[in-house]
Formats: sequence, structure tokens, C-alpha cells
Amino acid sequence: MNKLLKKYPNEIEKILSRYPADQTRSAVMPLLFLAQREEGFVPSDTLADIAEITGISETDITSVLGFYTLFHEQPGGRYYIQICTDLPCALRGSEEYLETLCQKLGVKEGETTADGLFTVEAVKCLAACHRAPMFQLQGDGEIKYYEDQSVEKTLAVIEALREKAKQEAANG
Amino acid sequence: MDKKILLRHLDVPNINQLEVYRQHDGFKAFEKVISSMKPAEVTAEVKSSGLRGRGGAGFPTGIKWNFLPNDSWPHYVVANADESEPGTFKDRELMESNPFQFLEGLMLASFAVQANLSYIYLRGEFWEIAHDLDQKIQDLEDVGLLGENILGSGYSLHLRTHLGAGAYICGEETALLESLEGKMGQPRLRPPFPAVEGLYGKPTLINNVETLANLPPILLNGADWYRGFGTEQSPGVKIFSLSGCINKPGNYELPLGVTYGELINTYGGGVPEGRTLKAVMSAGASSDIVVVDQYCLDTPLAYETCMDRLGAPLGSASVIVIDDSVNIAWLVAKTVNFFKHESCGKCTPCREGTFWMNSITSRMMRNEASAADIDLLKNVALQMQGKCLCALGEFSTMAVVTGIDRFRSDFEKHVRS
Amino acid sequence: MADKVTLTIDNQTVTVPAGMLVVDAAKVVNVDIPVFCYHPKMEPVGMCRMCLVEVGRPMRDRATGEPILNEDGTQKIGFSPKLETACTTPVSEGMVVVTDTQNAKEGRKAILEFLLTSHPLDCPVCDKGGECPLQNLTMEHGPGESRFIFDEKKRLQKHVPLGELIYLDRERCIQCARCVRFEHDIVDDPVIHFFHRGRSLEIQTNSEPGFDSIFSGNTTDICPVGALTTADFRFGARPWEMKKAPSICTHCAVGCNMTYNIRREAKSGGQTVIKRAMPRQNEQVNEIWLCDKGRLGYHFVESEARLSSPMVRKQGELVPVSWEEAYQVVEDKLRQDQVRMVSLAGGRLSNEDLFNLAQLTRSKNGKNVLYSTMAGGDLTAQVGLGLGSNFSDMGAGDVIFVVASDLHQEAPIWWMRVKQAADRGAKLIVANGRPTRLDKFASHVIRYEYGQEAETMDVFLPGAAVPESMVDAVKTLTEAKNAVVIYGSDGLGLDESLHLAKSCAKLVTDRGYYGKVNNGLLAVWDKANTQGAWDMGFQPDRNLKATLREADVAFICAADPAGDDPVLAKALQETDFVVVYELFLTETAKMADVIFPVQAQPEREGTFTNGERRVQRFDVVVNALPGTQPDYRITARIARQLGLGLEEKSPVLVVRQIAQKVNNYKSINFMDLAKVEEQWPKMGREDLYYAGTSYENMSGLGVQYPTAADRGEELSLGLLIKSEVQPTTGSGVRVLPVTALYDRGRLLQPTNLLNHRLTKQAICFSTALAEKYELTDGELIRVSTPDWEAEVRVEVDSQLGDDVAIVARSNGLPVWEPVVVQIQHLVTEPKA
Ligand SMILES: Cc1cc2nc3c(=O)[nH]c(=O)nc-3n(C[C@H](O)[C@H](O)[C@H](O)COP(=O)(O)O)c2cc1C
Ligand code: SF4
Ligand code: FES
Repeated sequence: MNKLLKKYPNEIEKILSRYPADQTRSAVMPLLFLAQREEGFVPSDTLADIAEITGISETDITSVLGFYTLFHEQPGGRYYIQICTDLPCALRGSEEYLETLCQKLGVKEGETTADGLFTVEAVKCLAACHRAPMFQLQGDGEIKYYEDQSVEKTLAVIEALREKAKQEAANG
Repeated sequence: MDKKILLRHLDVPNINQLEVYRQHDGFKAFEKVISSMKPAEVTAEVKSSGLRGRGGAGFPTGIKWNFLPNDSWPHYVVANADESEPGTFKDRELMESNPFQFLEGLMLASFAVQANLSYIYLRGEFWEIAHDLDQKIQDLEDVGLLGENILGSGYSLHLRTHLGAGAYICGEETALLESLEGKMGQPRLRPPFPAVEGLYGKPTLINNVETLANLPPILLNGADWYRGFGTEQSPGVKIFSLSGCINKPGNYELPLGVTYGELINTYGGGVPEGRTLKAVMSAGASSDIVVVDQYCLDTPLAYETCMDRLGAPLGSASVIVIDDSVNIAWLVAKTVNFFKHESCGKCTPCREGTFWMNSITSRMMRNEASAADIDLLKNVALQMQGKCLCALGEFSTMAVVTGIDRFRSDFEKHVRS
Repeated sequence: MADKVTLTIDNQTVTVPAGMLVVDAAKVVNVDIPVFCYHPKMEPVGMCRMCLVEVGRPMRDRATGEPILNEDGTQKIGFSPKLETACTTPVSEGMVVVTDTQNAKEGRKAILEFLLTSHPLDCPVCDKGGECPLQNLTMEHGPGESRFIFDEKKRLQKHVPLGELIYLDRERCIQCARCVRFEHDIVDDPVIHFFHRGRSLEIQTNSEPGFDSIFSGNTTDICPVGALTTADFRFGARPWEMKKAPSICTHCAVGCNMTYNIRREAKSGGQTVIKRAMPRQNEQVNEIWLCDKGRLGYHFVESEARLSSPMVRKQGELVPVSWEEAYQVVEDKLRQDQVRMVSLAGGRLSNEDLFNLAQLTRSKNGKNVLYSTMAGGDLTAQVGLGLGSNFSDMGAGDVIFVVASDLHQEAPIWWMRVKQAADRGAKLIVANGRPTRLDKFASHVIRYEYGQEAETMDVFLPGAAVPESMVDAVKTLTEAKNAVVIYGSDGLGLDESLHLAKSCAKLVTDRGYYGKVNNGLLAVWDKANTQGAWDMGFQPDRNLKATLREADVAFICAADPAGDDPVLAKALQETDFVVVYELFLTETAKMADVIFPVQAQPEREGTFTNGERRVQRFDVVVNALPGTQPDYRITARIARQLGLGLEEKSPVLVVRQIAQKVNNYKSINFMDLAKVEEQWPKMGREDLYYAGTSYENMSGLGVQYPTAADRGEELSLGLLIKSEVQPTTGSGVRVLPVTALYDRGRLLQPTNLLNHRLTKQAICFSTALAEKYELTDGELIRVSTPDWEAEVRVEVDSQLGDDVAIVARSNGLPVWEPVVVQIQHLVTEPKA
């Protein structure tokens, strides 16, 4: 019973078609992204599914999962607000921005807001050094950049997302 | 320079649309090449243009192409779009704003080494760019510029994007290949070099996005035209990413050989009001910290001059500007923390050395270090040098050693005597 | 010579094959360059950076290519500014390697310091303490005091079970990846790997059960530190407290060389006990590896259930008696006129036991029967693997043909070596009735219907009609420079085995693949010394039931027919007088008239002949359980009373007799078996342990006896006599016996650690059969034949062919040849 395959037959076929037929292993990372799409982390029971699809061991899949920072092994917020605080951004005030934002949200860096929606993280350079402060939003299977931020701007983004979540909850 | 060669979107609005790109000489080079040139001729032209790799090392591009053996097939080309060096954001702008030129460059390189399947390895954070490129690739297939038997030439080519997932080391070409093969991104032992045994064990050409974006104009206008820009040993134009303590951060396309002074003051608008220039780093977090004096400001930004005059490689030309408000010990703590976070862990000196240096600099930042720790820090860095499996470990020591040597008093402010 | 390279290493000139790595070339001149990640049995990775040395190369003029000379006219050597890793640098002509300059020494010291920053330095409580290269290097060169602040050390979990067999100490791991590379590259069990990155890298397993590899124990040997330990040995003893005793594994026909580590313990009354089993290097046999069955499966020796007194049946009851009395009873019986004597022997007996028993039986004109369902020992003695053959030497140009064997389960180390030969370019042809773990490495996989084994082999005979699907495989075989044919027992009974063995022998002879190095026939025997048993004159009996029933006296040694098969149990009831030599009170022993308690193999000396016909010696490891005797001596004592001169004092003497009386063993001399010569790769001196833990072989590499073909003798293969196989028919399901490594055999059961991994008592059905009989995975059913019935679990395996059902031998069901069984569902009571 390959749940992942059952849920995303077309996506998986498309992913596999991107690599030579005898190199299914290359599909591991795209498949991990796919497995993470729904819940924001890779549920451990999908590892066996990916192992089956790619023909490599679950242990090897796990080693890939553990190496890369965009994959999450544990549940976190629905959205990750990942703020670059690396050197160039820090020179442009991103550390203070992170601190204030965390205060406003009532969390510490690395923590998730009480409503379970947002995990705020400091991350390394995102290739947006000239538009600091900035963050990337990882969630709902997407990654989006928000640049030239101020705490107010970011809070507005957060509010909009909260609203969206509320709407979804209301619509069941 | 009147017209941009790479950042053409600054001159031509909507050049990121296929129609517009084609109206402005788009794919002329590619069409010419596949219909009338032999692969070896393409390589020869690129070689004589003197184009050097823009990924950091500055290796002559045409020479690299010649390394792929012709008795082992298939060949692959991989565009390195991992762009993760702190301070670097040029490939991103190219792919976002002038994507077809990059794709055309990739197609030209693929033709030159006769690859039929080429990959674009993007850092996972470039999720939106990857999806956009997928669409653009589809557009090209729709008009017959990609796919089987392109424009009746007999040459077939497919392009695919592949997303990384958050690992700086995957910009290193052998780690990138591991990652593309679905493994942890740890560098491979070299030799064999990727040109001989690369992706799936086959000959593989890896070029940076910007390197590739240079190809269409070179092949359209010729090597001599390209040599009209830049210096003798560093021909052509380069995108300089300017960040840090600077009034106008951003990407600047300029001929190689422009001086530090011009870049920072003329283009970047200098440091913020009331501040003075203190130091620069030319290759992101991997660079030496260079003291800014007139000699430095007069130094032309080219591969040979940076090395000869300042002893610091030009690298990816991602210039981080540092003014007098910045304490260098803090800055070094930042870079060390970056490398500790990004060390893949495969080799001992990098894995343990970055961890150890990070312990010391963290202690300094908590003001819990002693004066002896400054020397210890430098000693650990020196002890790493020349011993690591790949360049990441070496990179991590650059700012440490030059920072302590040149700005020791900044460190002394962070230690108890 | 083009393929040799001359260089200097620390001022010593050495000439070695081109392509050799500097680290290995250094060993030739006894320069030990420290390594952690490098292992001579694996590809270099250059990760740990411990092996840094200075390397200089002859300088040449760039333009002219002319050598650049020093002022004194000698070649100028250019040293690279960076130190190089000796483990990844191949030698080159004129190279100058220096390991002891200040620079090189400081380089290695730096690496050592880096390694120690994260290492717990808990040597006093570490199992590896005393045989750890990290510890040794630290003592030798390590910085006297730490520059690292202790509080900043990474603290990690210490006792992490990677499954029940192997434990990981995360703090001690130095990330050399030897274990990961061994499991991935050498044995294709990718069940352990690194997790996270950088300083946070840690080994982990996701398999179920954890670390699911039958080779897992080897990682504890090659782990250069005490990060990986076996559950069997951890905290068991300190290396320096233990003595070493060489031995040979008793569990399969490979004959792995091992060393038992022993020490005296109070809890066993001051007697020596086995603390662990370690591999002993024999590059021809097991290199430096052991499978986990061999490594862990010695616990039967210390089993509480061992017999320790002779017993004689009196008024229907077995009662302990003195040895004298027991001998007397047997002697009296044998003295009777015209007793029909049968000796039924198992292949785990030593050559000496078998020889003496065979002599005794012959003196009574009795019959020597091998308790086995595999045929062909006479054939392998004639056209078996050519003298000097070595799997490690096979590669491109060679063909290895494996038929009817799940080699991974039947003989793990052969599987591994065959797989590695394939990695080196040898072509593998694998023919079987079901998929096995060798298929993946095969150039040609042939799937036949069970029962068609011999016919499949006949397709490869010259002039045979070749079906389309096998054309390529036949071509591969005929083009082979050398070919080895390996046959096993997958799905076979004795009749089928005989049929197959003959076909295989015909194939190698007709095609000329015999009598030469790296050619010939190899049987995957069921027991460690089955070949020896054949050589000593034992053969399987196609009608064992009748033979036993008709015997007046049956000697049953190292065999449990009554426990294995109710038909044989019944037959034995009719045997007039049964003498049993045993370790345990088996079902057969319970039926005996006289039982002699024997010594376990590690308690005595002797020789085994492995499948490759290598006669190997094993020595006394631990003191024998009081009240036991070695089998050969018991037989000799009985013989003595009957006036027959058999050696009883020592195997040395028996072997001398064997050499006189058994043609194949003419060249075998007990002393020669203990000879050693230097083996390559050198695993490092014992006090360095760079390659892993104690592989030294000081006790003999054994001697392979030449086949009749090697000796140029005339062959008598009897191939013209067609063997017969009665097709197994009848309505019901045909169940085939196969071999599983972790079966429920008597010797393995006392190893509690392996309990979880023993085969399930189940029959495994194909999906088609399961559907036909409406069987569901895990269901309990009743199976029956006219002779027996049993309740077993159903397993469904989608990999099996349509009409295939298999069961593991020694697994509780008496399936030793293909049998047809009736299936009944068990009516489950509806829940109240
Ligand atoms: C640690 C490390 C990180 C690197 N990151 C990048 C990168 O993000 N992008 C890139 O193009 N090259 C990067 N490189 C350089 C590549 O290994 C390689 O040299 C380059 O892609 C070759 O392309 P070029 O010849 O066009 O410059 C990195 C190298 C190292 C050692
Ligand atoms: S557990 Fe041992 S063998 Fe495996 S990586 Fe760690 S130190 Fe190396
Ligand atoms: S790098 Fe040579 S032994 Fe590890």
C-alpha cells in the first residue's frame, strides 16, 4: 500500500520522468518535498513509500532527509518564517528585525506561535542580501520570498495568512 | 557601458518573456550554432573569448569543456544555480529577470559537449524560480527550440530543473552531483573530476549560471568582441553583487577591471552618511577580510589583480562592504557560524574545526573568552588549512586568519584579559 | 616493467605494482601510516585526513618535458606545498614520500587533535580500549593537554541499539564511514547511514529489524574506535585479559577462519569460556569477514542442556553409566555374529571422527551413510574447484554460474565474494526457481520451474538446443576464460540433487572448465564438513528409511533423524540397537540404546574440509565439558575392544592414517595445516589495528587437496548412468525445501541473541497458490501428508512463481525433499 503513490500518482510520474529510467534515486529529494507538502514535515510512514518508489533503502532516504535543512522531520508550524540573519543581512539590521518580530509574536527564535501556524527561524543566506531584512515563507508546499521587510509589513503578511487559515477552517 | 550584456532586463522591459527575448536577438546564437557550427568550433570560440568561470574559481570555460572525453557517453551538463555564498545574489536576478539568456547559454554549452539531457541545479529556496523555469522550458519545447531534433538539426536536448533543499555545500560541484543523484550532499574525492566521471558516473560539465548567460552574446558577436571588455587575463563583463554597509546595494554589471573605489563609491553610492569604509570581502563569507585603503580602492576587480595586489581571490565577486560601525570579531563569529552550520561533516578538519572555532567565537560574543582564545582561534584555523577535503573548510578559515591579523583590537574588545 | 613503479618512502626504495596507494606501498617497507577511514578492503575516500604525508614528484620542464636536475645531476623533486592523503594517492615513478618531517607530523597531530575534540576519551570503559588505533595514536603523539574546553564538548547518546545485535556509542563515532561503506559497497545492505550533517552526523538505521544485515558484526571489527560493539561482547571483557584460540566456523561449508577470545572466569568455576568470536585472516577463504551466524552462533558450547555422561537403556529407561560400561554394552552388541551395522553421520563431524567411524563400520561390513540430501561429493573431489582457485582473483573474463542456490543464505561469505567478483567484472549467471539476492549482480538470470534444474544446465552443454531466452547466457559461458559452477540445494531433495550434480559435472567437463585454477565445480554443502564426509567414505542414502529399519546396529553421530522426520523416527523404532554420539538429548538420542556424550568442536582438535576442499585445522579453545569425549576417540575405544587398531590419542595420528588410506588426502599432513605465509593486504601489526581488530593468522591457512583432475588422474564420474527423479505429483500443494541462514537448527538455538531473527515456522506460498487455496498472510493452517501433519503459519511472497511453495529446512517441518501436502484451514471459533 503505497499511500504517497496513491495520493499523487501524476506528480510522482512526472517527477520520475525527469531522470533517466535507471536513476530513480535522483527522485528522492523531489519526493521528499512532495511528502512534506501536506503537513509541513515528512511523516515517517512516507519514508517506506519513497523507498519503494525509488528502490533505495529507507535508511538511505532518511540520510537525505536529515542532511538538508528545508526538510523537516518533526511537525512544526504550518508556515515557516525563515529570516536570513547571515552576515550581509545582519549588516542591514535583520537581527533586530527578527528580535522585534519574535517579541510581537510572543515566541523565541525556533519556536512556533500558539496557534500552531508559524515557526520563526533564523536561517543562513538566502541570496537576497541587498533586500534585507527579508524572510522566506515555507509552507503549503511552496517557498516564497518576502524582501525589504519591516516588522509591520511582515505582521501584515502574517495576519493575511491567519485570515486564510480561519477561512479554510470555517469552510471545513 | 551603454548597453547591458547580461542584466538586459534593465534595458529591455519584459525580456523574461520568450517573444520579447526573441525580438531582441534571443536564440539567434543557438540557431546559428546548431545549424552551422560543429561542437568543437563552439568550444574553440568560447576558449578564445577568454571567458572564465563565474562560479568563483575563474577557471577558463573553453578549456574546461575540452576535458570531457569523447569515448564515454552520454555527456551531461549541469547549470550550477545553487548560489548560496553569503553576499551573492546575481544568478538569482539573471534567472528571474533574463531567464532565456541563461537557458540559451545552457543550451549552447549542451550542444558544445553534445549532451542531450542537462540539469539546472537550484538551491531549494529558489522554488519559485524553478517553477518559472519549468514553464519557460515548456515554452521552448512548444516552439521547438528544445526537445527532439531541434529545428531539424538532428540535435536533441531536454532541460530539467532539480531543487536542492538547503545546503551551501551543494554549490561545490561534486557535492552538487551527489545531491542530484539523490544522496547527502557530501563532496566526492577528486580525481576523477566531474568532466570524466560526473553525474551517474558519466562525463559532466558544470558551469555557473552567469558563466552560461555570457555564452549567447559571445557566440553571436564573437570572441573578439567579448575581449573588448575587461582585462587581458579577465576578459568580459561581470556581475558584482554589492551588499553590506552600502547606500545602494544590488547587482552591477561592469567590465572586469573596474576598481574597488569605482564599484563602491561611484556605483554603490558609498557607505552610509557619517561612516567610513573599514574593510571589504570580495568573495562573500569565504573571503579574506581586506583593509580598505587607497591601494585597495585602486585595485582593479579582476581575477589576476585581486590576487596579485591584495592576495585575496575575486571569487564570485560578491562584495560585502564593511564600515567602521562593525566589529570584525562579531563579523568573524558570523562567518564561522555559517561554515559550522554548512560543513557537511565528511572530513575531520572541517567538521571538527568549524565546530571548535564556533565554540570559541560564540564564547567571545558572550564575552566569556580570554585573550589566549584569540591566538587559539587563529591557530585552529591555521591548523585546518591545507588539510580539508574540499574548499569549504579552507573558506571557513579565511576571515578568521585575516580578521585576527588585521583587526586584532576588535577581538580584544571581546575578551577578558 | 611498465606495471611496476619504483619510489622511495622514508628513504627506503620500494617497487610495487602501479596503481597501488601510497599507504599500502608504505606497508611493504614496514612504514605504518596511520589511517582511520581507509581500509584495505574498501575504496579509499580520503575523509578522515589522518594519513597526511609529504609527497614529492620528479620535476619536469613544462615546455620540453625534460627532467629538471639538481646541481649534482640528480633528479630534482618538487614537493607540493600541501600535505597529501596517502590513502588516496597512487604511487608514481620516482615519487618521494616522507612521513616523518616536522610538517607531516604536525599535520597528523592536528587531525588527531581535531578528532579528540569530539571524542569522549572514555577509554577506561570502552570495549575497544587496548585495540583502538585512536587510543594508541593519542598515547603516542597526542597533545599532552586539551586545548578544547571540556564543557563545549558535544555530548551524545551512548548506548544506542541498532537492532538487538549491534550497539552504537554516538560520542565515540569518528565519522569515518567504514561501517556505512562496508554495508553499502561490500554487502549491499544499505541499512545504516549517516543522519544530519557536520558535527551532528550520526549513524542510524531504519531497517526492521534494526541493522538488518547478516554481516553486521564485521562493522564492529572495522570500526576503528569503540563506537560499534556487538551485544554479544560489549562490557564482556577487556581485550588484554583474553587469550586467543584459533578455530574454524562450524556452521557452513565456507569454513571461515576464526579466533575465539577466551578467558577464565569465576562464574564458570575458573574454567575458560568463550567471550567472542573474531575473524582470522585467510585471504583464500573468508578474507577478514564472518557472517553473524558464525560470529554469534557458538553459544551451544556453553548450553546447560549438554550431555555429560554416557547413558545406557535399562528396563526401557536411559540411565547414566560409566564410560567403561557403555563401551562394554556396545562391544557386546558388535561382537554378535553378522550384525548388520549402519553408521549415519552428520557433516559437522571432523575428518578424524568420520574416518574412524567409517573404518569401524567397514570392519563389520556395514554401511556408511551421510546424513544429507545433497549429492555430488564424489564429483567435486574429481572436478571440483581447481587447485589454487580464489574468488578474490576472479573478475573480468571469468564466469561464475550459480544454480539452485540462495547463496546469501546457504553460504554468506561465498555470496559476498561472488558478488565482489561480479563487481570486478566477472560475469554471473544465476539460475534458480525464485529470485535471490544474487540476481541483482548477475549478467544473466535464468528462472526455471523447480524440478527443471538439471535440464536447465543441460542447455549449456555443447550441441544442446538453446531456447531464445538463454542464448546470451550460453554465449557468455562459452566465451568465458574461466568458469566456476556452483550448485546448491534450493528446492531440491536428494534425487534432484544427484540429477543436478551430474549435469553440472557434465557441463564443466564437456566445456573444459575443470582441472585449472579458477575453474570447476563447487557444491554449497549443507554442513561444514560434508565434503570431508564424502572423502572419508560416507554417502547419502536414497532409501534411508529402509536402511535404518533393516539395521541391527545403527551408529548415529551428529545427526537427529528422529527429530527431523517422523518417518525416520518410525524406522529407528524398528532398528534393533541404536548408538548415538551427541551433544544434546535429541529425539534420536531419546530412542538410543547407548548414548555417548561428545565434545563440542571448540573443545577439541580436528580438521574440516571445506567446500573448496581446503583441509583446515581447529584447535582446542576451551576446556571440554567434564564427562565428554571427542567422537573419534569413542569410536577408537570401541574398535580397540574389538581388536581393530584405530588411533585414539590425537587427531595428528588419525590424520596420518587418513593420508595413508584416503587417496585424496595423500598430501595432507597435520603440521602443514598450521603453516602460515604473509598475506596481502597486510592488515597492520597487531599493536596498530588500523584495519580493524586482530585478524592475525598465526595458526594456519590450511591445505587444499588437489582434485583427481588436478592430479591428472582418470576420472570416473559415472555420468553415463542417468539419475532418476520421480516427479513429485499428487493432488495438493508441492512444498519445496530451501535453506535459511538463521534456521532453527540445534546448534543455533542456544544463541539467544538471534532468537528474533530465526526463521518463522511457516510455509511461504506464491500469491497464486495463496489465492487458489484462499490463504491469507499470517493465517494458521494444518498441513498434512500420509506421514505427518503440523500446524504452520502462512506467508505469502509475491516474488514466488505461480505454483511455488517453500519452507526452510531445520525449521520444524519435516520437509527435506519436495513433498505434496494437503492444506486445511483451521476453523476459527466465532467470537462470543
Ligand atoms: C563550498 C563551495 C561552494 C560553491 N558554491 C557555488 C555556487 O553556489 N554556485 C556556483 O556556481 N559555484 C559554486 N562553487 C564553485 C563550483 O564548485 C564550481 O567551481 C562552479 O560551479 C563551476 O562553474 P564555473 O566554471 O562556471 O565557474 C562552490 C564551490 C565551493 C567549494
Ligand atoms: S561508527 Fe565507527 S565505523 Fe562507523 S563512521 Fe563511526 S567511527 Fe566510523
Ligand atoms: S583520509 Fe587517508 S586514511 Fe582517512
